[in-house]
Amino acid sequence: MKVRLKCTVNQEPVEVLADDYKTLLEVLREDLQLTGTKHGCELGECGACAVLVDGTPVLSCLVLAVESEGRRITTVEGLAADGRLHPLQKCFADLGAAQCGYCTPGILITAKALLDAEPNPSRARICEALSGNLCRCTGYLQIVEAVEAAAKAPR
Amino acid sequence: MKPTRVIGQPRRRVDGRAKVTGQTRFADDIILPRMVHCRLLRSTQPHARIVTVDTGKAAQVDGVHLVLTGESFPISYGILPVSHDEHALCRDKVRFVGDPVAAVIARDEMTADLAVNLIDVTYEPLRTFASPADSLEHDEPRIHDYGDHGNVHKAVALQFGDVDAALGAADHVFDDVFHFEGNTHLPIEQHAAIALKDPDGKLVIYSSTQTPHYLHRALAKALAMPAAHIRVIATPNGGGFGGKSDPFNHEIVVAKAALLLDRPVKICLNREEVFYCHRGRHPVTMRFRTGITTDGKITGLDLETLLDGGSYGSYGVASTFYTGALQTVTYDIPRYRFRGCRVFTNKPPCGPKRGHGTPQSRFGQEVQLDKIAEHLKRDPAELRLGMIAPAETLTANYLRVGTIGLAECIRTVVDRSNWSEKFRKLPLGRGVGLACSSYLSGAGLPINWNDLPHSGVQLKLDRSGGVTVFCGATEIGQGSDDVLVGIVAEVLGIDPFDVRAVTGDTDLTPVDLGSYSSRVTLMMGNAAIQAAERAREILAGPVASKLEIPADRLVFADRRVFDGENPDRGVSFQEAVCIAEARVGTIGTTGSYTPPKSAGHFKGGGVGPSPTYSYTAAVVEVDVDAETGWISVPRVWIAHDIGRSLNPTLVRGQVEGSVYMGLGEALMEEQAFRRLPPRLSSALVHKFPSMLEYKSPTSLDMPEIFTDLIEHPDPRGPFGAKEVGQGPLLPIMPAVANAVYDAVGVRVDEIPVTPEKILRALQARAAGKPARFGPASFPEIAWPAPLLVTPPQEGGDGRASNEPERRSRRKADAGIEATAGVRPSTPLRAGPSIVEGRS
Repeated sequence: MKVRLKCTVNQEPVEVLADDYKTLLEVLREDLQLTGTKHGCELGECGACAVLVDGTPVLSCLVLAVESEGRRITTVEGLAADGRLHPLQKCFADLGAAQCGYCTPGILITAKALLDAEPNPSRARICEALSGNLCRCTGYLQIVEAVEAAAKAPR
Repeated sequence: MKPTRVIGQPRRRVDGRAKVTGQTRFADDIILPRMVHCRLLRSTQPHARIVTVDTGKAAQVDGVHLVLTGESFPISYGILPVSHDEHALCRDKVRFVGDPVAAVIARDEMTADLAVNLIDVTYEPLRTFASPADSLEHDEPRIHDYGDHGNVHKAVALQFGDVDAALGAADHVFDDVFHFEGNTHLPIEQHAAIALKDPDGKLVIYSSTQTPHYLHRALAKALAMPAAHIRVIATPNGGGFGGKSDPFNHEIVVAKAALLLDRPVKICLNREEVFYCHRGRHPVTMRFRTGITTDGKITGLDLETLLDGGSYGSYGVASTFYTGALQTVTYDIPRYRFRGCRVFTNKPPCGPKRGHGTPQSRFGQEVQLDKIAEHLKRDPAELRLGMIAPAETLTANYLRVGTIGLAECIRTVVDRSNWSEKFRKLPLGRGVGLACSSYLSGAGLPINWNDLPHSGVQLKLDRSGGVTVFCGATEIGQGSDDVLVGIVAEVLGIDPFDVRAVTGDTDLTPVDLGSYSSRVTLMMGNAAIQAAERAREILAGPVASKLEIPADRLVFADRRVFDGENPDRGVSFQEAVCIAEARVGTIGTTGSYTPPKSAGHFKGGGVGPSPTYSYTAAVVEVDVDAETGWISVPRVWIAHDIGRSLNPTLVRGQVEGSVYMGLGEALMEEQAFRRLPPRLSSALVHKFPSMLEYKSPTSLDMPEIFTDLIEHPDPRGPFGAKEVGQGPLLPIMPAVANAVYDAVGVRVDEIPVTPEKILRALQARAAGKPARFGPASFPEIAWPAPLLVTPPQEGGDGRASNEPERRSRRKADAGIEATAGVRPSTPLRAGPSIVEGRS
């Protein structure tokens, strides 16, 4: 059965008819074609599908889309503003924090939530905040350094 | 070194913006009109005959477009020509839990999933082979009807010089047995593919593959289609690590379905399926017998390896030879015998994972060297410094080594880690371990033996000043697009962001063999230099005559072409292209790279040769709880002989990523299996096919890493570059095991080094038994008589004295197999050429 879902995605109002069994991840990727959000397990294990719901990072593979009614959702497509990359995006690109780039959207979203709540986190806090996001390429160090650099960048 | 403006500078990779904005289009991100979805039915039996497959109910489900079984796939395929042992869907029997038996294509994944579970398969179970010991012991029933004998897929034996005499002449002979458990790639991106018929009726497939060229060949064969009517587009891979290097059954299934349905068909594997696809690290048991003189020289090595291959051939024959290939590239071993055996078992097929076949025996060799140093009362770093293989020479097994920066790597990590103050001097529970390694900068021989280039690059320049570079290389995260563009920009004196890369598309790009064996930077890079230098030459003539100076005075830099003696006199790069285009017509060039011929002319000599080798040394520091065995790694020092670092930002990422993956293998990762209880069929299943239970390191588990790059350009590499993607992983596992010994005085001769194994070794010591955990012995194997090859230092010519005349490997091969009864593919033009035209 299809259900009607109204919410805000990347600051734009969205209204969509989607299968009632679909997760937020599936509606974002398949119905709204916002494929920037990735999936690595669809079981809440890898963190690749993280999006912000009302500013809080959630694993969109574990959320039914209908639970997002009326919520504000931010995906990787919503990080850049006015044609400019978010400082996290810029630092990730400049400092080698994205290799294959597949885990990157989920990590950027998680890091944004951290910096929004704690503008100057310690290295230990960054590692803790990102510990639910698996990256298989980088060994995490360039990611952590990019988050530190973004925290220092003017926003 | 000639000064460079792009090469050697830390830079944002050219595809960096796409990756941080979520715009990189991975295979599963492709959504096409009229697209339908595929799910596979996978075997629940580890080894069984297929009696019947009843698809009746599935076909009647509303929304189902097509149901396929093995009947639709009569032609076998496989990555190696010697083991075309796979069918896209099983026909007569299944060989592991997860082997695909049928496929449903439906309007959405949910419907396909529902229907696939309505397919009724009757199996007649066969004996399950769960371990190599099982497979060695029982010849029947055979898992495959090919292979050496019984369930032995391949047993090989090579001997270079009189090894028994060399061991007999040694002052000490060390005899050690090790085991390396299997593990898997775990790319975060699950494999996905989408196939369609293009408007001309030809087949197009987008896939998360590291090897579009080999997928192209496999599709042509398995679907009996002309290769020229198939277009393979490798989408950027969300991590590969070797796990997307085989042509996969799901790719062939969606291709067939798209042809039958005439609409796009997509598949994306779920995580459990990715674990069962595998093709990862072979479990290997190995025995090293090494002869040593009192002054620490190796007199000879006798190595035996036993590989658990799982259920199909995959890259296995190559993997087997690789377990014995690179020992001599690292250390001076004048005489060498290698015997390797790969057996089939009813588990997911093993194949290439980062380091392909070499990490297992690297572990054994480096731990044994640690034991030798201990016995000889020598410092392990100093012992190794005294036995490094000589540079620019042929090894006993006919591998031509280039530059060797290993001594500098060892000295660097010893110095940086303060080794001499730590080794055997830290308090109980803390220790340091050292290990070294070497790795190929690209496999010297192609998988399908032929004389064609291994990498081709085309360049297009036009009056816009834009440069487009085309190459079949595949971006798997390592930064191959950036290497390609960086080299072209350097040679033409423009900015990397002025160059557009078109890669991994068999219709648009010249062939590159793929992202495996750390071959791309060296091979694609050399082809790119050739293409770019030819383009520079085309521009230079007309610009020089306009400036009325000799062409050799021209400098290409800062988006200009100017007089080196009078830099104000010159033209912009765009003007230079216009001047040349007006003079010579449309501008395009090509470049090619073919590795040098290998020196060994014996069977098996094709695995191991490379244009040059990278070297690495690492020191790992561990903390071990002597009560519980709990282990953590606070610090790693690593030095890598890269020849020349093209983009240090990317190079650092490869080194640190290798350390990370090495620590995962060293400490926790295991592709392990278990039997279901009898009431649930007793099937042999993956122990934990989930990312939660298959443990891999998180950001909280990472140590501090101190990376040093040793840069002495190797003339064989582009701008002197060697590989970095795989070599730095290799020393990590043995360095961890050696550090555990330094910390608590017990040997764990088995990977992974888990707290449980450390604890058992500690308990063994407390009970007065040897302070060790590891295999007790190496199994009895009926080895074939070895091929006898005299080492070059003893006057050998690279041939085996007891091998029948070898079939020439220059057999006709246009690069794509022509299937009987099918129109041959369009002949490919071999060799380099400059393409110029006038309109």
